[in-house]
Amino acid sequence: MPSLGSDMESGTLVEWRIRPGDRVHRGDIVAVVETQKGAIDVEIFDSGVVDTLVVQPGTEVPVGTVLATVHGEAEAATRPAAPKPAAGPPEPTPTAPPPVAEAPVRPAPAAAGPAPVRASPVARRQAAERGIDLTAVSGSGPGGAVVLADLASSGRPAGGKPPRAAPSVRQRALELDVDLAGVAGSGPKGAITVADVERAAGAPPAPAAAPRAPFEPDAMRRAIAAAMTRAKREIPHYYLSTTADFEPALRFIETVNAERDPDRRLLYAVVLLKATALALREVPELNGFWRHDRFEPSTAVHIGVAVALRRRGLIAPALHDVADKDLDTLMDDLKDLVQRARAGGLRSSELTDPTITLSSLGDNGVESVYPIITPPQVAVVGAGSVVRRPWVVGEGIAVRRTVTLTLAGDHRVSDGHRGALFLAALDRLLHQPEAL
Amino acid sequence: MNEAELRERLLAILGAIAPEARETELDPAAPLRDQIDIDSMDFLNFVTAVHKQLGVPIPELDYPRLSSLDGAVHYVMAKLAA
Repeated sequence: MPSLGSDMESGTLVEWRIRPGDRVHRGDIVAVVETQKGAIDVEIFDSGVVDTLVVQPGTEVPVGTVLATVHGEAEAATRPAAPKPAAGPPEPTPTAPPPVAEAPVRPAPAAAGPAPVRASPVARRQAAERGIDLTAVSGSGPGGAVVLADLASSGRPAGGKPPRAAPSVRQRALELDVDLAGVAGSGPKGAITVADVERAAGAPPAPAAAPRAPFEPDAMRRAIAAAMTRAKREIPHYYLSTTADFEPALRFIETVNAERDPDRRLLYAVVLLKATALALREVPELNGFWRHDRFEPSTAVHIGVAVALRRRGLIAPALHDVADKDLDTLMDDLKDLVQRARAGGLRSSELTDPTITLSSLGDNGVESVYPIITPPQVAVVGAGSVVRRPWVVGEGIAVRRTVTLTLAGDHRVSDGHRGALFLAALDRLLHQPEAL
Repeated sequence: MNEAELRERLLAILGAIAPEARETELDPAAPLRDQIDIDSMDFLNFVTAVHKQLGVPIPELDYPRLSSLDGAVHYVMAKLAA
Protein backbone atom coordinates (compact mmCIF):
# COMPACT_ATOMS: atom_id res chain seq x y z
CA MET A 1 0.00 0.00 0.00
CA PRO A 2 1.74 3.13 -1.19
CA SER A 3 1.80 6.29 0.87
CA LEU A 4 -0.24 8.82 -1.06
CA GLY A 5 0.69 11.78 1.08
CA SER A 6 2.44 12.36 4.36
CA ASP A 7 -0.83 12.13 6.25
CA MET A 8 -1.94 8.72 4.98
CA GLU A 9 -1.83 5.79 7.39
CA SER A 10 -3.89 3.18 5.60
CA GLY A 11 -5.97 2.55 2.52
CA THR A 12 -8.64 0.17 1.31
CA LEU A 13 -8.01 -1.86 -1.81
CA VAL A 14 -11.13 -1.45 -3.94
CA GLU A 15 -10.27 -3.43 -7.02
CA TRP A 16 -7.42 -5.02 -8.90
CA ARG A 17 -6.83 -4.05 -12.51
CA ILE A 18 -4.33 -6.84 -13.11
CA ARG A 19 -4.14 -10.60 -12.80
CA PRO A 20 -1.28 -12.94 -11.99
CA GLY A 21 0.80 -13.47 -15.10
CA ASP A 22 0.10 -10.01 -16.52
CA ARG A 23 3.10 -8.07 -17.74
CA VAL A 24 3.12 -4.60 -16.22
CA HIS A 25 5.16 -1.52 -16.95
CA ARG A 26 6.16 1.32 -14.72
CA GLY A 27 3.27 3.82 -14.66
CA ASP A 28 0.52 1.32 -15.48
CA ILE A 29 -2.54 1.60 -13.28
CA VAL A 30 -2.77 -1.64 -11.38
CA ALA A 31 -5.37 -1.08 -8.66
CA VAL A 32 -7.88 1.33 -7.19
CA VAL A 33 -7.43 2.31 -3.56
CA GLU A 34 -9.78 4.33 -1.35
CA THR A 35 -8.11 6.88 0.90
CA GLN A 36 -9.18 9.96 2.80
CA LYS A 37 -8.71 11.72 -0.52
CA GLY A 38 -11.11 9.51 -2.41
CA ALA A 39 -10.63 6.69 -4.89
CA ILE A 40 -7.13 6.79 -6.34
CA ASP A 41 -5.79 4.89 -9.33
CA VAL A 42 -2.54 3.37 -8.15
CA GLU A 43 0.32 3.21 -10.64
CA ILE A 44 3.04 0.61 -10.41
CA PHE A 45 6.55 2.02 -10.10
CA ASP A 46 8.40 -0.96 -11.46
CA SER A 47 8.06 -3.22 -14.48
CA GLY A 48 7.77 -7.00 -14.53
CA VAL A 49 5.32 -9.85 -14.40
CA VAL A 50 2.62 -10.10 -11.76
CA ASP A 51 3.12 -13.06 -9.50
CA THR A 52 0.59 -12.97 -6.68
CA LEU A 53 -2.20 -10.65 -5.60
CA VAL A 54 -1.77 -10.72 -1.85
CA VAL A 55 -4.50 -8.38 -0.62
CA GLN A 56 -8.14 -9.00 -1.47
CA PRO A 57 -10.47 -6.18 -2.61
CA GLY A 58 -12.37 -4.64 0.29
CA THR A 59 -9.48 -4.98 2.71
CA GLU A 60 -8.11 -1.97 4.59
CA VAL A 61 -4.38 -2.26 5.18
CA PRO A 62 -1.68 0.02 6.61
CA VAL A 63 0.74 1.89 4.36
CA GLY A 64 3.67 -0.36 3.54
CA THR A 65 1.65 -3.57 3.38
CA VAL A 66 2.55 -5.79 0.43
CA LEU A 67 -0.38 -5.68 -1.98
CA ALA A 68 1.07 -7.91 -4.67
CA THR A 69 4.34 -9.42 -5.74
CA VAL A 70 5.91 -8.76 -9.10
CA HIS A 71 8.95 -10.36 -10.67
CA GLY A 72 11.23 -7.66 -12.02
CA GLU A 73 12.44 -7.57 -15.60
CA ALA A 74 16.02 -8.37 -14.68
CA GLU A 75 14.92 -11.25 -12.57
CA ALA A 76 12.79 -12.66 -15.34
CA ALA A 77 15.57 -12.28 -17.90
CA THR A 78 18.47 -13.65 -15.95
CA ARG A 79 16.82 -16.68 -14.48
CA PRO A 80 13.99 -17.57 -16.75
CA ALA A 81 13.98 -21.21 -15.87
CA ALA A 82 15.02 -20.93 -12.28
CA PRO A 83 12.93 -23.50 -10.52
CA LYS A 84 10.84 -22.08 -7.77
CA PRO A 85 11.38 -23.48 -4.33
CA ALA A 86 9.34 -26.60 -4.43
CA ALA A 87 5.82 -26.03 -3.20
CA GLY A 88 6.64 -23.13 -0.95
CA PRO A 89 4.57 -20.01 -0.92
CA PRO A 90 5.50 -17.46 -3.54
CA GLU A 91 8.55 -15.65 -2.30
CA PRO A 92 7.72 -12.15 -1.24
CA THR A 93 9.40 -9.37 -3.08
CA PRO A 94 12.97 -9.34 -1.85
CA THR A 95 13.28 -5.94 -0.24
CA ALA A 96 10.64 -4.71 2.09
CA PRO A 97 8.84 -1.52 1.19
CA PRO A 98 9.82 -0.29 -2.26
CA PRO A 99 8.85 -2.72 -5.02
CA VAL A 100 5.96 -3.82 -2.95
CA ALA A 101 3.46 -1.13 -3.50
CA GLU A 102 2.65 -2.13 -7.00
CA ALA A 103 -0.99 -1.80 -7.42
CA PRO A 104 -1.03 -3.45 -10.74
CA VAL A 105 -3.20 -2.20 -13.51
CA ARG A 106 -3.48 -3.63 -16.93
CA PRO A 107 -2.21 -1.42 -19.72
CA ALA A 108 -5.20 0.45 -21.04
CA PRO A 109 -5.55 -1.26 -24.43
CA ALA A 110 -5.71 -4.71 -22.88
CA ALA A 111 -9.07 -3.74 -21.42
CA ALA A 112 -10.91 -6.92 -20.72
CA GLY A 113 -14.16 -6.88 -18.88
CA PRO A 114 -16.42 -3.94 -18.23
CA ALA A 115 -14.91 -0.55 -17.62
CA PRO A 116 -15.10 0.39 -13.96
CA VAL A 117 -18.03 2.60 -13.13
CA ARG A 118 -17.05 6.20 -12.60
CA ALA A 119 -18.44 7.46 -9.32
CA SER A 120 -17.60 10.02 -6.71
CA PRO A 121 -16.09 8.52 -3.56
CA VAL A 122 -19.10 9.56 -1.48
CA ALA A 123 -21.48 8.00 -3.97
CA ARG A 124 -19.40 4.83 -4.00
CA ARG A 125 -19.59 4.55 -0.26
CA GLN A 126 -23.31 5.28 -0.06
CA ALA A 127 -23.97 2.75 -2.79
CA ALA A 128 -22.01 0.13 -0.89
CA GLU A 129 -23.89 0.85 2.30
CA ARG A 130 -27.29 0.83 0.69
CA GLY A 131 -26.61 -2.12 -1.56
CA ILE A 132 -27.10 -0.16 -4.77
CA ASP A 133 -25.44 -1.55 -7.89
CA LEU A 134 -23.52 1.37 -9.36
CA THR A 135 -23.61 -0.10 -12.83
CA ALA A 136 -27.38 0.25 -12.75
CA VAL A 137 -27.30 3.94 -11.89
CA SER A 138 -27.02 6.52 -14.62
CA GLY A 139 -24.53 9.17 -13.64
CA SER A 140 -25.15 12.88 -13.99
CA GLY A 141 -21.72 14.00 -12.81
CA PRO A 142 -18.76 15.06 -14.92
CA GLY A 143 -17.90 12.40 -17.48
CA GLY A 144 -21.06 10.53 -16.56
CA ALA A 145 -19.80 9.83 -13.06
CA VAL A 146 -22.37 8.67 -10.56
CA VAL A 147 -22.78 11.34 -7.89
CA LEU A 148 -24.67 11.32 -4.62
CA ALA A 149 -27.76 12.91 -6.13
CA ASP A 150 -28.10 10.02 -8.59
CA LEU A 151 -28.22 7.55 -5.73
CA ALA A 152 -30.81 9.61 -3.91
CA SER A 153 -33.19 9.27 -6.83
CA SER A 154 -32.40 5.60 -7.31
CA GLY A 155 -33.25 4.83 -3.70
CA ARG A 156 -36.64 6.56 -3.81
CA PRO A 157 -39.76 5.64 -5.69
CA ALA A 158 -39.60 7.34 -9.06
CA GLY A 159 -41.44 10.62 -9.25
CA GLY A 160 -40.91 11.45 -5.62
CA LYS A 161 -40.01 15.05 -4.99
CA PRO A 162 -36.54 15.53 -3.58
CA PRO A 163 -36.69 16.50 0.08
CA ARG A 164 -36.39 20.20 0.78
CA ALA A 165 -33.30 21.02 2.77
CA ALA A 166 -30.78 23.82 2.82
CA PRO A 167 -27.17 23.03 1.87
CA SER A 168 -26.06 23.29 5.50
CA VAL A 169 -28.67 20.68 6.42
CA ARG A 170 -27.47 18.39 3.64
CA GLN A 171 -23.91 18.77 4.82
CA ARG A 172 -24.99 17.79 8.34
CA ALA A 173 -26.91 14.81 6.94
CA LEU A 174 -23.80 13.74 5.07
CA GLU A 175 -21.72 14.01 8.22
CA LEU A 176 -24.22 12.06 10.30
CA ASP A 177 -24.88 9.64 7.48
CA VAL A 178 -28.61 10.34 7.46
CA ASP A 179 -30.66 9.67 4.32
CA LEU A 180 -32.79 12.77 3.86
CA ALA A 181 -35.43 10.79 1.99
CA GLY A 182 -36.40 9.18 5.27
CA VAL A 183 -36.57 12.36 7.34
CA ALA A 184 -39.78 14.29 8.03
CA GLY A 185 -39.24 18.03 7.75
CA SER A 186 -40.47 20.37 10.47
CA GLY A 187 -39.34 23.60 8.81
CA PRO A 188 -41.21 25.97 6.50
CA LYS A 189 -42.98 24.16 3.61
CA GLY A 190 -41.89 20.88 5.13
CA ALA A 191 -38.21 21.65 4.75
CA ILE A 192 -35.85 19.48 6.74
CA THR A 193 -33.88 21.30 9.43
CA VAL A 194 -30.59 20.51 11.09
CA ALA A 195 -32.55 19.50 14.20
CA ASP A 196 -34.60 17.01 12.14
CA VAL A 197 -31.41 15.47 10.80
CA GLU A 198 -29.80 15.24 14.22
CA ARG A 199 -32.97 13.72 15.65
CA ALA A 200 -32.99 11.16 12.86
CA ALA A 201 -29.34 10.38 13.49
CA GLY A 202 -29.98 9.88 17.18
CA ALA A 203 -33.19 7.91 16.89
CA PRO A 204 -32.77 4.23 17.72
CA PRO A 205 -34.25 2.86 14.49
CA ALA A 206 -32.02 5.08 12.40
CA PRO A 207 -29.68 3.17 10.14
CA ALA A 208 -26.94 1.78 12.32
CA ALA A 209 -23.88 3.97 12.44
CA ALA A 210 -22.10 3.36 9.19
CA PRO A 211 -18.79 1.58 9.36
CA ARG A 212 -16.05 4.14 9.42
CA ALA A 213 -15.31 4.83 5.81
CA PRO A 214 -11.92 6.26 4.95
CA PHE A 215 -13.22 9.08 2.78
CA GLU A 216 -16.08 10.51 4.76
CA PRO A 217 -15.92 14.29 5.14
CA ASP A 218 -14.68 14.10 8.71
CA ALA A 219 -11.89 11.77 7.72
CA MET A 220 -10.73 14.09 4.99
CA ARG A 221 -10.81 17.04 7.37
CA ARG A 222 -8.79 15.05 9.88
CA ALA A 223 -6.26 14.15 7.19
CA ILE A 224 -5.86 17.79 6.20
CA ALA A 225 -5.49 18.76 9.85
CA ALA A 226 -2.83 16.09 10.43
CA ALA A 227 -0.76 17.23 7.45
CA MET A 228 -1.08 20.90 8.36
CA THR A 229 -0.22 20.26 12.01
CA ARG A 230 2.93 18.50 10.92
CA ALA A 231 3.72 21.36 8.55
CA LYS A 232 3.30 23.98 11.27
CA ARG A 233 5.34 21.95 13.73
CA GLU A 234 8.25 20.99 11.48
CA ILE A 235 8.55 23.67 8.81
CA PRO A 236 9.94 27.08 9.78
CA HIS A 237 7.71 29.10 7.45
CA TYR A 238 8.38 32.60 6.24
CA TYR A 239 5.77 34.62 4.37
CA LEU A 240 6.01 37.24 1.63
CA SER A 241 3.32 39.14 -0.20
CA THR A 242 3.15 41.47 -3.17
CA THR A 243 0.36 42.94 -5.25
CA ALA A 244 0.82 42.68 -9.00
CA ASP A 245 -0.80 44.50 -11.88
CA PHE A 246 -2.79 41.65 -13.49
CA GLU A 247 -4.21 43.76 -16.32
CA PRO A 248 -1.72 42.65 -19.02
CA ALA A 249 -2.30 38.94 -18.29
CA LEU A 250 -6.09 39.28 -18.15
CA ARG A 251 -6.22 41.30 -21.36
CA PHE A 252 -4.07 38.70 -23.06
CA ILE A 253 -6.44 35.92 -21.99
CA GLU A 254 -9.49 37.94 -23.02
CA THR A 255 -8.02 38.60 -26.46
CA VAL A 256 -7.28 34.91 -26.94
CA ASN A 257 -10.71 33.85 -25.70
CA ALA A 258 -12.61 36.35 -27.83
CA GLU A 259 -11.65 34.29 -30.90
CA ARG A 260 -12.53 30.95 -29.39
CA ASP A 261 -15.52 28.77 -28.65
CA PRO A 262 -16.00 28.09 -24.93
CA ASP A 263 -14.45 24.62 -25.04
CA ARG A 264 -11.09 26.09 -26.09
CA ARG A 265 -11.03 29.13 -23.81
CA LEU A 266 -8.35 29.65 -21.18
CA LEU A 267 -8.70 30.47 -17.51
CA TYR A 268 -6.20 32.85 -15.95
CA ALA A 269 -5.10 30.03 -13.66
CA VAL A 270 -2.99 28.61 -16.50
CA VAL A 271 -1.10 31.89 -16.80
CA LEU A 272 -0.38 31.81 -13.06
CA LEU A 273 0.74 28.19 -13.33
CA LYS A 274 3.09 28.74 -16.25
CA ALA A 275 4.56 31.94 -14.80
CA THR A 276 5.12 30.17 -11.48
CA ALA A 277 6.94 27.32 -13.22
CA LEU A 278 9.20 29.69 -15.14
CA ALA A 279 9.94 31.82 -12.08
CA LEU A 280 11.01 28.67 -10.24
CA ARG A 281 13.81 28.22 -12.76
CA GLU A 282 15.30 31.42 -11.38
CA VAL A 283 14.87 30.38 -7.73
CA PRO A 284 15.09 26.58 -7.82
CA GLU A 285 15.36 26.17 -4.05
CA LEU A 286 11.60 26.60 -3.79
CA ASN A 287 10.96 23.56 -5.99
CA GLY A 288 11.49 20.07 -4.59
CA PHE A 289 11.27 18.04 -1.40
CA TRP A 290 12.62 18.11 2.14
CA ARG A 291 13.44 14.48 2.90
CA HIS A 292 15.82 12.77 5.29
CA ASP A 293 16.97 16.10 6.72
CA ARG A 294 18.07 17.49 3.42
CA PHE A 295 16.68 19.30 0.41
CA GLU A 296 16.17 17.35 -2.80
CA PRO A 297 15.71 19.86 -5.61
CA SER A 298 13.54 18.82 -8.55
CA THR A 299 14.39 19.65 -12.13
CA ALA A 300 10.81 19.02 -13.24
CA VAL A 301 8.12 21.42 -12.03
CA HIS A 302 5.00 19.53 -10.98
CA ILE A 303 2.63 22.05 -9.46
CA GLY A 304 0.06 20.83 -6.96
CA VAL A 305 -3.15 22.67 -7.84
CA ALA A 306 -5.44 23.24 -4.87
CA VAL A 307 -8.93 22.06 -5.92
CA ALA A 308 -11.97 22.52 -3.69
CA LEU A 309 -14.02 19.33 -3.55
CA ARG A 310 -17.58 20.51 -3.08
CA ARG A 311 -18.41 20.04 0.60
CA ARG A 312 -15.64 17.47 1.05
CA GLY A 313 -12.52 19.51 1.60
CA LEU A 314 -9.54 20.18 -0.56
CA ILE A 315 -6.96 18.29 -2.56
CA ALA A 316 -3.89 19.49 -4.46
CA PRO A 317 -2.91 16.95 -7.14
CA ALA A 318 0.04 17.55 -9.45
CA LEU A 319 -0.15 19.12 -12.86
CA HIS A 320 2.93 17.56 -14.39
CA ASP A 321 5.81 19.32 -16.17
CA VAL A 322 4.20 22.75 -16.16
CA ALA A 323 7.34 24.55 -17.37
CA ASP A 324 7.43 22.49 -20.55
CA LYS A 325 3.81 22.89 -21.69
CA ASP A 326 2.09 25.66 -23.62
CA LEU A 327 -1.01 27.37 -22.23
CA ASP A 328 -3.46 25.35 -24.34
CA THR A 329 -1.98 22.07 -23.16
CA LEU A 330 -1.98 23.28 -19.58
CA MET A 331 -5.66 24.23 -19.88
CA ASP A 332 -6.59 20.78 -21.22
CA ASP A 333 -4.59 19.11 -18.47
CA LEU A 334 -6.07 21.37 -15.78
CA LYS A 335 -9.64 20.60 -16.87
CA ASP A 336 -8.90 16.91 -16.80
CA LEU A 337 -7.20 17.12 -13.40
CA VAL A 338 -10.00 19.11 -11.75
CA GLN A 339 -12.65 16.79 -13.13
CA ARG A 340 -10.85 13.70 -11.87
CA ALA A 341 -10.18 15.32 -8.50
CA ARG A 342 -13.93 15.79 -8.08
CA ALA A 343 -15.30 12.70 -9.78
CA GLY A 344 -12.61 10.21 -8.77
CA GLY A 345 -9.79 8.82 -10.85
CA LEU A 346 -6.72 10.68 -9.62
CA ARG A 347 -3.53 8.71 -10.09
CA SER A 348 -1.16 7.92 -7.26
CA SER A 349 1.69 9.85 -8.88
CA GLU A 350 -0.49 12.96 -8.92
CA LEU A 351 -0.74 12.82 -5.15
CA THR A 352 2.95 12.21 -4.50
CA ASP A 353 4.65 14.23 -7.26
CA PRO A 354 3.88 17.89 -6.49
CA THR A 355 7.15 19.80 -6.13
CA ILE A 356 5.33 22.99 -5.06
CA THR A 357 1.68 24.00 -4.62
CA LEU A 358 -0.39 26.85 -6.06
CA SER A 359 -3.49 27.92 -4.17
CA SER A 360 -5.66 30.33 -6.14
CA LEU A 361 -8.71 31.69 -4.33
CA GLY A 362 -10.66 32.40 -7.50
CA ASP A 363 -13.53 34.85 -7.54
CA ASN A 364 -14.71 34.92 -3.97
CA GLY A 365 -13.51 38.45 -3.39
CA VAL A 366 -10.89 37.72 -0.75
CA GLU A 367 -7.68 39.56 -1.48
CA SER A 368 -4.95 37.32 -0.18
CA VAL A 369 -4.23 33.86 1.17
CA TYR A 370 -1.37 32.88 3.51
CA PRO A 371 -1.01 29.22 2.62
CA ILE A 372 0.68 26.46 4.60
CA ILE A 373 3.37 24.31 2.99
CA THR A 374 2.41 20.69 2.35
CA PRO A 375 5.24 18.39 3.46
CA PRO A 376 7.52 17.26 1.94
CA GLN A 377 7.32 20.30 -0.32
CA VAL A 378 9.25 23.43 0.63
CA ALA A 379 7.07 26.23 -0.72
CA VAL A 380 3.53 27.20 -1.64
CA VAL A 381 2.31 30.10 -3.77
CA GLY A 382 -1.01 31.83 -3.12
CA ALA A 383 -3.07 34.04 -5.41
CA GLY A 384 -5.97 36.10 -4.09
CA SER A 385 -9.06 37.16 -6.00
CA VAL A 386 -8.69 39.64 -8.81
CA VAL A 387 -9.42 43.08 -7.35
CA ARG A 388 -9.83 46.43 -9.14
CA ARG A 389 -7.63 49.08 -7.51
CA PRO A 390 -6.31 52.55 -8.12
CA TRP A 391 -2.84 51.96 -9.52
CA VAL A 392 0.02 54.32 -10.22
CA VAL A 393 0.87 54.29 -13.92
CA GLY A 394 3.62 56.71 -14.89
CA GLU A 395 2.76 59.95 -13.07
CA GLY A 396 -0.97 59.26 -12.98
CA ILE A 397 -3.42 56.92 -11.40
CA ALA A 398 -5.46 54.37 -13.33
CA VAL A 399 -7.96 51.67 -12.42
CA ARG A 400 -6.30 48.29 -12.86
CA ARG A 401 -7.21 44.71 -12.06
CA THR A 402 -4.66 43.42 -9.58
CA VAL A 403 -3.84 40.18 -7.84
CA THR A 404 -2.08 39.73 -4.51
CA LEU A 405 0.56 37.00 -4.72
CA THR A 406 1.90 35.35 -1.60
CA LEU A 407 4.68 32.91 -0.95
CA ALA A 408 5.27 30.67 2.04
CA GLY A 409 8.80 29.27 2.01
CA ASP A 410 10.76 26.84 4.16
CA HIS A 411 13.62 28.51 6.04
CA ARG A 412 15.57 25.25 6.06
CA VAL A 413 16.03 25.69 2.31
CA SER A 414 15.54 29.35 1.41
CA ASP A 415 14.96 32.72 2.98
CA GLY A 416 13.02 35.92 2.44
CA HIS A 417 15.61 37.33 0.09
CA ARG A 418 15.40 34.40 -2.30
CA GLY A 419 11.63 34.28 -1.90
CA ALA A 420 11.42 37.95 -2.84
CA LEU A 421 13.38 37.25 -6.02
CA PHE A 422 10.83 34.58 -6.87
CA LEU A 423 7.84 36.89 -6.40
CA ALA A 424 9.60 39.60 -8.41
CA ALA A 425 10.21 37.13 -11.24
CA LEU A 426 6.58 36.02 -11.10
CA ASP A 427 5.40 39.63 -11.31
CA ARG A 428 7.71 40.29 -14.26
CA LEU A 429 6.58 37.16 -16.13
CA LEU A 430 2.92 38.10 -15.66
CA HIS A 431 3.66 41.32 -17.54
CA GLN A 432 4.74 39.35 -20.63
CA PRO A 433 1.92 36.83 -20.96
CA GLU A 434 2.48 36.37 -24.69
CA ALA A 435 5.92 34.93 -23.86
CA LEU A 436 4.50 32.23 -21.60
CA MET B 1 -38.30 25.18 -26.77
CA ASN B 2 -40.42 27.28 -24.45
CA GLU B 3 -39.12 29.11 -21.42
CA ALA B 4 -40.03 26.38 -18.93
CA GLU B 5 -38.31 23.71 -21.03
CA LEU B 6 -35.23 25.87 -21.43
CA ARG B 7 -35.13 26.54 -17.69
CA GLU B 8 -35.26 22.80 -16.99
CA ARG B 9 -32.55 22.18 -19.58
CA LEU B 10 -30.22 24.77 -18.06
CA LEU B 11 -30.86 23.37 -14.59
CA ALA B 12 -29.95 19.90 -15.84
CA ILE B 13 -26.69 21.20 -17.29
CA LEU B 14 -25.93 23.01 -14.05
CA GLY B 15 -26.84 19.97 -11.98
CA ALA B 16 -24.38 17.83 -13.93
CA ILE B 17 -21.62 20.26 -12.98
CA ALA B 18 -22.69 21.12 -9.42
CA PRO B 19 -25.09 18.47 -8.06
CA GLU B 20 -26.35 20.79 -5.34
CA ALA B 21 -28.04 22.88 -8.04
CA ARG B 22 -30.65 20.12 -8.26
CA GLU B 23 -30.90 19.55 -4.54
CA THR B 24 -31.39 23.16 -3.55
CA GLU B 25 -34.34 25.41 -4.25
CA LEU B 26 -32.48 28.01 -6.28
CA ASP B 27 -33.64 31.60 -6.16
CA PRO B 28 -33.77 32.17 -9.93
CA ALA B 29 -33.11 35.89 -9.62
CA ALA B 30 -30.12 35.68 -7.30
CA PRO B 31 -26.51 35.11 -8.43
CA LEU B 32 -25.74 31.40 -8.78
CA ARG B 33 -22.39 31.83 -7.08
CA ASP B 34 -24.10 33.00 -3.90
CA GLN B 35 -26.20 29.84 -3.77
CA ILE B 36 -24.09 26.96 -5.01
CA ASP B 37 -20.39 26.25 -4.91
CA ILE B 38 -19.23 26.96 -8.46
CA ASP B 39 -15.84 28.29 -9.46
CA SER B 40 -14.48 29.67 -12.71
CA MET B 41 -13.84 26.16 -14.06
CA ASP B 42 -17.45 25.14 -13.30
CA PHE B 43 -18.78 28.26 -14.97
CA LEU B 44 -16.64 27.63 -18.06
CA ASN B 45 -17.98 24.07 -18.18
CA PHE B 46 -21.53 25.44 -17.92
CA VAL B 47 -20.99 27.89 -20.79
CA THR B 48 -19.30 25.17 -22.84
CA ALA B 49 -22.22 22.78 -22.36
CA VAL B 50 -24.82 25.44 -23.19
CA HIS B 51 -22.89 26.31 -26.33
CA LYS B 52 -22.56 22.68 -27.41
CA GLN B 53 -26.07 21.53 -26.55
CA LEU B 54 -28.06 24.58 -27.59
CA GLY B 55 -25.76 26.06 -30.21
CA VAL B 56 -25.73 29.46 -28.56
CA PRO B 57 -22.49 31.42 -28.84
CA ILE B 58 -21.61 33.06 -25.54
CA PRO B 59 -18.74 35.54 -25.72
CA GLU B 60 -16.81 36.02 -22.51
CA LEU B 61 -18.00 39.62 -22.30
CA ASP B 62 -21.56 38.32 -21.84
CA TYR B 63 -20.72 36.08 -18.87
CA PRO B 64 -22.15 38.57 -16.32
CA ARG B 65 -25.56 38.26 -18.01
CA LEU B 66 -25.62 34.56 -17.13
CA SER B 67 -24.86 35.05 -13.47
CA SER B 68 -28.36 34.05 -12.30
CA LEU B 69 -30.69 31.33 -13.57
CA ASP B 70 -33.20 33.93 -14.77
CA GLY B 71 -30.42 35.84 -16.49
CA ALA B 72 -29.22 32.71 -18.28
CA VAL B 73 -32.76 31.77 -19.37
CA HIS B 74 -33.44 35.22 -20.79
CA TYR B 75 -30.05 35.43 -22.48
CA VAL B 76 -30.35 32.05 -24.19
CA MET B 77 -34.02 32.65 -25.15
CA ALA B 78 -33.05 35.88 -26.84
CA LYS B 79 -30.16 34.21 -28.68
CA LEU B 80 -32.33 31.31 -29.83
CA ALA B 81 -34.98 33.71 -31.13
CA ALA B 82 -32.43 35.83 -32.98
